[in-house]
Amino acid sequence: MSDVQKSDPGLFDYAPYRGRPKIEWPDGKTCAVWVAPNLEFYELDPAVNPHRKSWPKPHPDVVGYSHRDHANRVSHWRMAEMMTKHGFPGSVSLSVALCDHIPEVVEDANQRGWEFFSHGIYNTRYSYGMDEAQERAIIEDSIETVQRATGQRIKGWLAPALTHTPRTLDLLAEYGMDYTCDLYHDDQPTDVKVKSGQLTAIPYSLEVNDHYGFFIYNMSPREYADTLIRQYDRLAEEGAQSGTVMCIPLHSYLIGQPHRIGPFEAVLEHIAADGRAWITKAGDIVDAFRKQTGDLS
Amino acid sequence: MSLDASYLDYPKRRHGMDHDYYPYSNLFDRKPVQWPGDKKLMIWPVISLEYFPMVPNDNPFRAPGHMQTAYPDYRHYTAREYGTRIGIYRLLGAFEKVGAKISVATNSVIAQRYPQLIEDIISGGHEIIAHSTDMNGTIASGLAEADEKALIEGSLTALEKVIGTRPRGWLSIARSQSFNTAKLLAEAGVDYMCDWANDELPYAFQTDSGAITNIPLNHELSDRQIINVQQQSVDSYAQQMTDAANWLLAEAEQNGGRMLPMHLTPYIMGLPYRISSFEKLIAGVAEHNDIGFARGDAILDSWKAQK
Repeated sequence: MSDVQKSDPGLFDYAPYRGRPKIEWPDGKTCAVWVAPNLEFYELDPAVNPHRKSWPKPHPDVVGYSHRDHANRVSHWRMAEMMTKHGFPGSVSLSVALCDHIPEVVEDANQRGWEFFSHGIYNTRYSYGMDEAQERAIIEDSIETVQRATGQRIKGWLAPALTHTPRTLDLLAEYGMDYTCDLYHDDQPTDVKVKSGQLTAIPYSLEVNDHYGFFIYNMSPREYADTLIRQYDRLAEEGAQSGTVMCIPLHSYLIGQPHRIGPFEAVLEHIAADGRAWITKAGDIVDAFRKQTGDLS
Repeated sequence: MSLDASYLDYPKRRHGMDHDYYPYSNLFDRKPVQWPGDKKLMIWPVISLEYFPMVPNDNPFRAPGHMQTAYPDYRHYTAREYGTRIGIYRLLGAFEKVGAKISVATNSVIAQRYPQLIEDIISGGHEIIAHSTDMNGTIASGLAEADEKALIEGSLTALEKVIGTRPRGWLSIARSQSFNTAKLLAEAGVDYMCDWANDELPYAFQTDSGAITNIPLNHELSDRQIINVQQQSVDSYAQQMTDAANWLLAEAEQNGGRMLPMHLTPYIMGLPYRISSFEKLIAGVAEHNDIGFARGDAILDSWKAQK
């Protein structure tokens, strides 16, 4: 890849927010809302990737590891129950090795009717530095592991710990994935330029990700809940012009802590009661988008 | 830089955890716990009592709250000493008002330097747990096993000498351990450690030298995390603890006794402009019939008796 191509890899064409064709969601809803729980497994003593350190402290990073392990022992169950109670299915960003380590959590999500996409093998194994064969291996591993554990064929991808290579998106399309959650340029779905097939970028979010809320913006639980409500209200209003997408990306070890889960419930209540939200899964949003904009595959 | 082929080997990819310290367990699948006095929620206050030498040690790492300026760092040295002179007494006062007995994670150097403070804590009915020697006594991989063993033994022995009994609990500085820590604590006869934040009830932790119990002292609910790291107000802290208590009380109706760890730092919470809000919080929860306060050793004994 030349330096010019590197500087602008040509992910998508520029498309101003004004004057776009109207996207319509089912039943006249204005904002497609999807919740993306990250169900992850982090290794206590992972192999070293020279491009990125896994834990900030020498292994074992007891706080880092045990904080995340809280997800599988405690907070997943709290978060999942609350989502089900208010009618929100999950579209799961899955460290696929969780299927091996803690199948109880994966089975629980599957039984709730949630959809799975890959978030890599572990969230402590990064794609930086992988050659094409290695990258194909983690994609194939993801497809096979999730199929075996849940019966579902994964349709999407969120790179492990958001680590990519310049070939990742092309490979995802080649393997028949429908969507990527790795691009943050829009509040509506966008088709990404890929060598073959079709790949849609669905709006995920870092800005309203619970990790950003609590550790980048240092919000209190109630401030975070208020942030999500404001985000939703604005997107639901603008969606009357052309349907918008709001993702609520969660990590149960954050949102499922006892001081946060109560305030968070107000968000789900607000969105469920509002009437303008199409509360659904990532794959359904991408399908509805493609029906209107053209299925290229 | 390309990656070695072994980067895609996953030797510990298997059913269960990727280590042998504890098996996977879902909190909601366990036999419900019943606390003494039929309390539904037990609050476990832990105050960290810390001495920061004015010459910091970076091996294996510098403790949070340690010296920051060129020598002499009078500002941080004295601001931390404010905690051991003033702040601790404000916190003890808040708990005395409601009759709560608590745990105090104590650097052993504090016991040697300020025996009067230790006497006040003990005579108040509180528990002393070991918290290394002083704030230069950090632990992480890289610290030689013999040195770590000596550090743990030194802390326990010095505390025992002043208190008269050997501490049953241990809190590492910044909850940081090496791969040897749990084993060395078990060998030293420590009954419980507080470092692993992965649960909300005690659980058994296996080492090559036998079992030790981990009672999770959730760092997310600490004054350091909420007030110092996340820069929130004490009123927001009090709101968050109240929200947590209410959530756990409701959960206890279905799932059995719950525990709320409350980790406090005298130089953070014990300031004049913060303490009133904290006292109000403590007084409020103390009024609730279903909420109790307990020392770590009491929680441990109650939990163990039900296993």
